[in-house]
Amino acid sequence: MRQRFRDTEHLVRLALLFAAGTLVFVVARALLVPEGFGEYGHFRSGAMVDNQLREPVHAGREACRECHGDAAAALAAGGHAGVGCESCHGALGAHARSEGEVKPAELDAAALCSLCHARNVARPARQPQVDVAEHAEGAACTDCHEAHAPAL
Amino acid sequence: MSVDRRKFLVEATQFLILTGAASEAWPFVAEGHPEAAPGYDVSRHWWAMFIDAEKCIGCGRCVEACKTENDVPDGAHYSRTWVERYYIPAHDVTRPESEPSPHVDSPEAGRYGFREIYPKGPGAKAFFVPKLCNHCTHSPCVQVCPVGATFESPDGVVMVDKKYCIGCRYCVQACPYGCRFIDPRTNTVDKCSLCYHRITKGLTTACCEVCPTGARQLGDLKNPDDPIHELLSTHKVQVLKPNMATGAKVYYNGLDAAVR
Repeated sequence: MRQRFRDTEHLVRLALLFAAGTLVFVVARALLVPEGFGEYGHFRSGAMVDNQLREPVHAGREACRECHGDAAAALAAGGHAGVGCESCHGALGAHARSEGEVKPAELDAAALCSLCHARNVARPARQPQVDVAEHAEGAACTDCHEAHAPAL
Repeated sequence: MSVDRRKFLVEATQFLILTGAASEAWPFVAEGHPEAAPGYDVSRHWWAMFIDAEKCIGCGRCVEACKTENDVPDGAHYSRTWVERYYIPAHDVTRPESEPSPHVDSPEAGRYGFREIYPKGPGAKAFFVPKLCNHCTHSPCVQVCPVGATFESPDGVVMVDKKYCIGCRYCVQACPYGCRFIDPRTNTVDKCSLCYHRITKGLTTACCEVCPTGARQLGDLKNPDDPIHELLSTHKVQVLKPNMATGAKVYYNGLDAAVR
């Protein structure tokens, strides 16, 4: 037995080296692996918070209804019932959060109406479509149609 | 680590000043536990989208809304969502082998609508298809990320960790749907996050919010009262590239065989 362990010093050195290596690994790992990594999988769970913390830019139709109940009611009664406010009026999160201080941009009705209603072969047949120039004969869409309830 | 944490706290405080809703979530957010934020439990959601391609009119409002909502750079090559137009010209039906391949275009990602460029007339076929990240359950993009900067969240959303992305572009190549791009301002990858900042607050995504025909509908598959269950059980749905077994969660109704 004694013969077998005569090089104890070497073994101790090896063991110390191994322990030091392990320590370096553990410390380096603790320093380098970000907080929350591995909590849900191979990623940093804080990244979900990063994605979550941004402010919504579009307010959503529920928020619009709180102040503009009359317009919402007109919309709900007409052919544009399913269309969200911000489809035409654009992103209004800042407008809603500032309680109207931030004013929405003026709308270009002709351009907006054409986006959905200009004739296009790729559109589904049930979508109401017109050849804009021929149909309007120079008039603005809103001369005849009320945008919230467009049927004549 | 302490410096990283301090930086994180400073940034979070800036958000706090901006928003009242976030201040309520603050104690939980500071600990890095999004699931503990008031009213949102990650284990109780599994997000998906239903797209009725037969309802898409190619108005491009979804693309515009997405650009605004998510601060996506201008230009067709930087798109979290886009709309494609397919056009299959008329051909001699007695010679099936003569069927032409479809023309596909997406001018400015469809953001400003589609100018009529195809002739009317019988025999031709044309339609629009909205596209976005399919939020795959087994995402190829997640598998190739060398630094864990892209991931499937426990509520089924594929997201990017912008602080750890090294911009290596592996995921851009791996995505079979072409849903990823490099943001030229940060040189990190960007993609649809399914408006994670909205859906966790009870709002729908920006694209679904503005879609005038209801062609897009966000759905929570873990919520038995969500209308998506009714839609999925009453329509014959398909996902894109099912042969790739990505576990895509964007379900299409009325998907033509020409669509890739």
